[in-house]
Amino acid sequence: MSYQYNGHTVEHDEEGYITNLSDWTKELADVIAKAEEIEMNEEHWEVVNFLRSYYEEYQIAPAVRVLIKAVKKTMGPEKGNNKYMYELFPYGPAKQACKIAGLPKPTGCV
Amino acid sequence: MSETKKFLYVNRKAPYGTIYALESLEVVLIGAAFEQDVTLAFLDDGVFQLAKGQNTDGIGVKNFSPTFRALGDYDVTKLYVEQESLAERGLTQDDLQEIMYEDEDDDWEEKPSIRIVSRAEMADIMADQDVVLSF
Repeated sequence: MSYQYNGHTVEHDEEGYITNLSDWTKELADVIAKAEEIEMNEEHWEVVNFLRSYYEEYQIAPAVRVLIKAVKKTMGPEKGNNKYMYELFPYGPAKQACKIAGLPKPTGCV
Repeated sequence: MSETKKFLYVNRKAPYGTIYALESLEVVLIGAAFEQDVTLAFLDDGVFQLAKGQNTDGIGVKNFSPTFRALGDYDVTKLYVEQESLAERGLTQDDLQEIMYEDEDDDWEEKPSIRIVSRAEMADIMADQDVVLSF
């Protein structure tokens, strides 16, 4: 299974998480988002970029509870809450945003 | 559902070469979702798991040591390291990475998660648990 864009082929698993994390590009993020029926805007990118830097620092994709708490800490309570995050990523902020960010499935997600 | 149990994860093995250390950390992270009272213990070669400056480029596996610093976000704030195990390996606390958490009950003040304890104190910590998982 793979994503196709601009002549690139990027392998992903049965749930859509890319196999090789270094394959990620911003263009690919848009392609994955489209497959998730999400039109990326600035708010989506803010969360995706946040997740990528969290992974860079801790080598882990955080669970949804931890993600929302961390967003609250750095971006404020008007963004770090369930309502805001689920409006951006209706099928689960951690799951969908991690997929778009090219990260593994969050640890603790089944 | 509100009953909280005290869980202790005992880490005795070096970080790489076997899967125990990484598996233990993953179980801790998954288990943290269940809001139990979680403590980690590091003894024997397990103390190497917290060593700072780890570099795994030469062995082709992921360096997961930065993930210990995320434990505070998961409300895991008690990492006990046995003094004797450090000393037997020529290590001191200065050889371990710094791991902090923010204390919600104390105006989010940053506090260290790692506490060095003696072998006798470690025995007391173990005796005090409801569940002990050994890795």
